[in-house]
Amino acid sequence: MAETMLKVEGLKRYFDVSPPWLNRVLDGSGRRVVHAVDGVSFSIERGETFSLVGESGCGKSTVARLVVGLYDPSGGQITFEGADLSGAAARRKHGDKQSRMQMIFQDPYASLNPRWRVGRIIAEPIRFKKLIQGGDKIKARVGELLSLVGLSPADADKFPHEFSGGQRQRISIARALAGQPEFLVCDEPTSALDVSVQAQILNLMAELQAELGLTYLFISHNLAVVHHVSDKVGVMYLGRLVEWAETRTLFGRPLHPYTRMLLDAIPDLDMSGRSRTPVAGEVPSPINPPSGCSFHPRCPLANERCKREVPQSLTVPGGAVACHAVQEGRLPPWHGGTVAAAE
Amino acid sequence: MAEPVLEVKNLRVEFPTRRGTLVAVDDVSFSIAPGEVLGVVGESGAGKSMTGSAVIGLLTPPGRVAAGEIRLMGRRIDKLPYGEMRKIRGRQIGAIFQDPLTSLNPLYRIGDQLVETILTHLPMTKAEARARAIGLLKEVGIPGAEDRIDHYPHQFSGGMRQRVVIALALCCNPTLIIADEPTTALDVSIQAQIITLLKRLCAEHGCSVMLVTHDMGVIAETADRVAVMYAGRIAEIGPVRDVIKHAHHPYTRGLMGAIPTISEREGRLNQIDGAMPRLNAIPRGCAFNPRCPEVFDRCRVDRPDLMRAGGSLAACWKAEEAVNG
Amino acid sequence: MIARLSDGLRRALDSDIFYSFRNSPLTILSAVVTLIFFIGAFFSPWLAPHNPFDVATLNLMDAFTPPVWLPEGNPIYPIGTDDQGRDLLSAIMYGTRVSLVVGFCSVAFAMVLGVSLGLISGYFGGMVDSVIMRVADVQLTFPAILIALLLDGVVRGLMGTEQHDNLALMVLVFSIGLSYWVQYARTVRGSVLVERNKEYVQAARVIGLPSVLIMIRHVLPNVLGPVLVIATINLALAVITEATLSFLGVGLPPTQPSLGTLIRIGNGFLFSGEWWITVFPGIALAVFVLAVNLLGDWLRDALNPRLR
Repeated sequence: MAETMLKVEGLKRYFDVSPPWLNRVLDGSGRRVVHAVDGVSFSIERGETFSLVGESGCGKSTVARLVVGLYDPSGGQITFEGADLSGAAARRKHGDKQSRMQMIFQDPYASLNPRWRVGRIIAEPIRFKKLIQGGDKIKARVGELLSLVGLSPADADKFPHEFSGGQRQRISIARALAGQPEFLVCDEPTSALDVSVQAQILNLMAELQAELGLTYLFISHNLAVVHHVSDKVGVMYLGRLVEWAETRTLFGRPLHPYTRMLLDAIPDLDMSGRSRTPVAGEVPSPINPPSGCSFHPRCPLANERCKREVPQSLTVPGGAVACHAVQEGRLPPWHGGTVAAAE
Repeated sequence: MAEPVLEVKNLRVEFPTRRGTLVAVDDVSFSIAPGEVLGVVGESGAGKSMTGSAVIGLLTPPGRVAAGEIRLMGRRIDKLPYGEMRKIRGRQIGAIFQDPLTSLNPLYRIGDQLVETILTHLPMTKAEARARAIGLLKEVGIPGAEDRIDHYPHQFSGGMRQRVVIALALCCNPTLIIADEPTTALDVSIQAQIITLLKRLCAEHGCSVMLVTHDMGVIAETADRVAVMYAGRIAEIGPVRDVIKHAHHPYTRGLMGAIPTISEREGRLNQIDGAMPRLNAIPRGCAFNPRCPEVFDRCRVDRPDLMRAGGSLAACWKAEEAVNG
Repeated sequence: MIARLSDGLRRALDSDIFYSFRNSPLTILSAVVTLIFFIGAFFSPWLAPHNPFDVATLNLMDAFTPPVWLPEGNPIYPIGTDDQGRDLLSAIMYGTRVSLVVGFCSVAFAMVLGVSLGLISGYFGGMVDSVIMRVADVQLTFPAILIALLLDGVVRGLMGTEQHDNLALMVLVFSIGLSYWVQYARTVRGSVLVERNKEYVQAARVIGLPSVLIMIRHVLPNVLGPVLVIATINLALAVITEATLSFLGVGLPPTQPSLGTLIRIGNGFLFSGEWWITVFPGIALAVFVLAVNLLGDWLRDALNPRLR
């Protein structure tokens, strides 16, 4: 059995979005809390790619930020290589473990300090963690990293604005690799890029994974990209993980009605003439999520129980799913086409 | 053959800058037949949005149409004074932009914006215009249109707002709709709804659509014909099935291969090395030649024009070779 | 090293800011005028035709000499002399120097105070932010002049007039600086709130950099643009405030006259026909403030990509 690298259990993160104190007193309104991540559990094994997919506001990026420690969890546990990393104090205690994780961000135009030369940007983790001492040695290492991501060592003297979006994302990857990580959290690394460039970056990430034995937590809204890169996929909806499974299983035999809906919404590039049934409704506001299963207002299979009771995660072969319809056995078979309505 | 709704001939859009003039759109010609959906696809910097802006006369200064002509129902519109053009916008050409939040004025109720647009262009009383606005909102699938008409844009979700924008674009029965990345800012499940809606409504109203997007999936689902743009020029144009299934331009082929699909899982995506050239450094000959896997000597010297290639037109010397040889 | 420098120079000359400078004649003119004032003021001991503070060279017989183009004018004193027989041109040059010293020092003081508080406020947020910003709000309810008058009164009361004269410059810098820090703090706080959420700052946090280092290395350099604009415009404001205070008699003593002091001295002779004693320092002040303000306006437009 493969070694578990990251284990996330019952992870929660709440954000206080209440208006300022004075306004609350004047309006007589109480505090308002968004449950951005509400009890998410999954585990990632060494060397694999685990993807989280979902629409905007589902909390996938918050999970990414919780894992690397940009936010502190409101509840639950993050265990990385056996060390507990939930909370600032725990992270400080296991600083060496925390530094094994790095992150690649979505916007290549915002993730590099515009006033720094590329060489300095990439060298920052090396200098800060004193991984290598001596200006010449650091410079050589930066050159090596630039070559590794498909740029030239001479690019170290340029500024970020001299590069295209794809090249900047390569620089971003080089900076992440400079800290000698084993685990990379990639938050929508290609969604700001054009398709031809996206292909370059995805290929590069696959090569680096094979070469350096990296483990990825990959966040994306694009199911086709997720299908291409991942070993396992988790689907999030309004702060909860509604289904996870091995990639082949999830795409071949999706169980949760929301997963089916997402698969249905993928544009048909093969021109097969497959008719899509666009699902009615939109993602509700996370401030006032629906009761029970938060997907029930959009779900063709919803019944009274779904409106009342939050479904618990149910282990199925190759994954897990949180849906009353699956548990009660009233889920229609998946035809790879549309979600048939039960009513 | 019916007279095309829109005809663009040798359009050239320039941006004078202090470092010389940039050509954002270069010698672009196409036409849209009545009721037809033409997709214009390309990566960022290809000039697709600029082409759309030129057609509705909304190029951001200092950008300007430097050459060529744009005809709407046979009438030339690229040289019209601002006031005349304003009458055409909204009346004959409707526009849908990427971000529904910025295309609606946040200070006015959506009903006011619809009614104002209708009254500006159509001879109607206020009550008639309001009735028409409610009808349109119903048509674009806004539940409770009678009440919702008096809401402000921020009271709508992203998908609903884009529906309102579509209603606004359609409210004077335009002959042409320019949709610039209408689904890019939306979630995947909403994208599918909006595309289906747009397609159905345009068919019902009989209006033509110029759909500008970077998303091949949207094109495949919506467009009748597609123009693939690269570095300010059309690389390939033809019926959507021909272009997607049997692309003749190496760029189109590369682009299609670069898109991951869920029907099969390739080990490695087909990638086009390099990046689209910046406008100030467009290479000599075919603009795609430094990235082209099939490049040969002529590509580096001569710039190919569109030529017949199967069911479509492609700007590639290989296409000519195929015809001759 | 030299290669880096020449590379930097080339980039500066090629930059959009320099381009917009070259294409705005008004900006060039204001820059030239400002430069003339700077040079004239700071090199006044060498450039000024006379030393207005050297009592030995003063001649009361020369008092009230009108400008050279008037019938009684004397070519030694091109724009006339004051009641003590001091050359007005030299007095203006020396006075501008004092005004500029006060201006620069108080701007620097306000900037350091405001930028640090703004950085702390924006980066840490929460209680710290609330406290700093409420203090700023309260501070804004007092006009700058009032704060300066108040401070001046306190110091005068504590030390007596004689000692106060020695400290007058410090008091002025302190009170003017204290009145203007709020603007910096607010601007910097706003920019920090924007920059803090940018991904390059998050990237630095993922690397593990402590907050202080992130603020100094990453956030600070990226919020300095607007600060520069405020500082430029504030220089003009500070010079005017100093002149106002000196005119009111609570600024600098006549022993180290600034432009404001000169205007005040001349004001007494305005109606007895010796108009030049107050008008020329006044014109100098107005021209300088206008030029600096125009430069500030240009800088704001040049640094704001939306207006370009």
